Amino acid sequence: MGGLSTLSGRRARREPSKIPYYVILVILALYALGPLVVVAFNSLKSNAEIGRNPLGLPLSPVFQNFPDAWSQGNFATTLVNSTILTAGTVVGVCIIASTSAYAMARLDLPGTDAILLYLFVASAVPVQLFLVPLFFLWSNLQLTNTRFGLIVIYWAIFSPLATLLLRSYLIGLPRDFEDAARIDGANELQVLLRIVLPLSWPGLLTVALVSGLAAWNDFLFAITFIQDSNLKPVTTSFLAFQSNFSQDWGLTSAAAIYTILPIVVLFLLLQRRFISGLTAGGLKG
Amino acid sequence: MEQQTVKRPSEGGLRRRRLLTAWLFMVPLLAVNVLVILGPSVATIYYSFTDWSGIGPAEFVGLENYTELLADGDFWIAMWHNVIWTLLFLTVPIAMGLLGAFLLSQITRFQIFFRIVYFVPYVVASVVNAAIWQNILDPSRGIGSALASVGIPFLDGVSFFGSERLALPSVAFVNIWAWWGFIVLLFLTALQAVDHDLYEAARMDGAGRWQQFLNVTLPGIRPTFVFVVLLSIINSLLVFDYVYIITRGGPAGASEVVGTLMWKQAFERFEAGYAAAMGLGLSFVSGIIVLIFVILRRRGWEV
Repeated sequence: MGGLSTLSGRRARREPSKIPYYVILVILALYALGPLVVVAFNSLKSNAEIGRNPLGLPLSPVFQNFPDAWSQGNFATTLVNSTILTAGTVVGVCIIASTSAYAMARLDLPGTDAILLYLFVASAVPVQLFLVPLFFLWSNLQLTNTRFGLIVIYWAIFSPLATLLLRSYLIGLPRDFEDAARIDGANELQVLLRIVLPLSWPGLLTVALVSGLAAWNDFLFAITFIQDSNLKPVTTSFLAFQSNFSQDWGLTSAAAIYTILPIVVLFLLLQRRFISGLTAGGLKG
Repeated sequence: MEQQTVKRPSEGGLRRRRLLTAWLFMVPLLAVNVLVILGPSVATIYYSFTDWSGIGPAEFVGLENYTELLADGDFWIAMWHNVIWTLLFLTVPIAMGLLGAFLLSQITRFQIFFRIVYFVPYVVASVVNAAIWQNILDPSRGIGSALASVGIPFLDGVSFFGSERLALPSVAFVNIWAWWGFIVLLFLTALQAVDHDLYEAARMDGAGRWQQFLNVTLPGIRPTFVFVVLLSIINSLLVFDYVYIITRGGPAGASEVVGTLMWKQAFERFEAGYAAAMGLGLSFVSGIIVLIFVILRRRGWEV
């Protein structure tokens, strides 16, 4: 009885002290979200209202900014470009990472340690080390100003980390089904496609989300390799749009929402997997 | 594996086929990596010894780019800006990340909600984050004038990104805003792995909250802490996006960092050989830092 009462006594002492924690957490939340809320507000304001009320709630909401930004920002084209870049990157990285991870995790590839070391180094190499010759190589190969050229770069840059993540995932999977399939005469490609990949979809989904997010949000490669405004992804196209209409906050805010909405919605739907993938990626790198 | 190979008659052939398959499966990874990363990285070393515009032949000039680099005032100013940037990133976001993660580890209700909220700026594209803050910090229509209208005049008319004194810390502020939520997550993951009995034991010994934090929490998350420090230094050395997007290094080079300076040398001034030397120098410095961390880790300093 005595022990119980001290326990509840301690709890009673500690409970109210959580309130300051929540106060600070809420302040931090306002700091994180406030600016994004301002964008949402401003997208619903006319220019006249922004002049009077640049940061507050829209008092007389208008929706005209959205169709205007859509046509003037060329979003019908650039959202398609970003989608192609992201989808191409995700599919390619998943293929590259799953075949190589499978070779290292299951096929007793000689020199796996050396390749792992290379992958660690490659995933940490600064862009500045290879950017300049890569650009001139790409212009000689006529891959600048092409979506494919940019996709190949994303493949190379995201696949080392993706391979490392997927390899550690594959190592944790049981081998029984694979061995059974091999005894039934399946070749390694069939084993990979029919047995291993269906089992490793959580790992693949993580890899897809991490590399998809990086491709969608990339700025440095997109600004370096694509100048043609009809091939630009939403990021660099948004930058050009914003510098043309820098005084028209309603319009640029609506454009900002087009740029971020797909990724924010996807993030909110799959946040747990996003977060685990990004932190694992961060800790591995 | 061993049993199988003993049982099968065509053991050698099977093993050769398996080996061939393994290498075939590696081809896509190795091909794109050699083409995009390894090849151009080696080429950077070569071009750093040449006078090269990017188009046409490169003329070998020995160490000229490097001697020029060492005497280049703009380069050293940019490097100094990287150092300031690094100091900012080693303090502000890490302190905020620790605070946020520690508080989150102490609560259960709404923990996931706060985690998501803090992380949202990290998944938003840098161009958008930059535009948001360019509006909010606008000298005539931004937060300064809003505060002035409620009687707090000292930020009114301040041009955060347009003044030579404020441009660099202001751009860093925007990048920190987008970045610190990621550190919260890294620290929170580490904090959740710290043994709760250790806190209990510390409390038994009469340790207060702050002492618990110093003696239990910090040692418990040291590997993550060291990793975050490494990540902050490397990212600060290589920073490009926010500086290029918001100020392009200006005004008058006041926010120029090596990343943007190198990009301009290569793609605006067409001094690709010089830019290669700059990129190699930058990579060398970041390589040295990673190496120091790897050596420290090998010596068991971290774990």
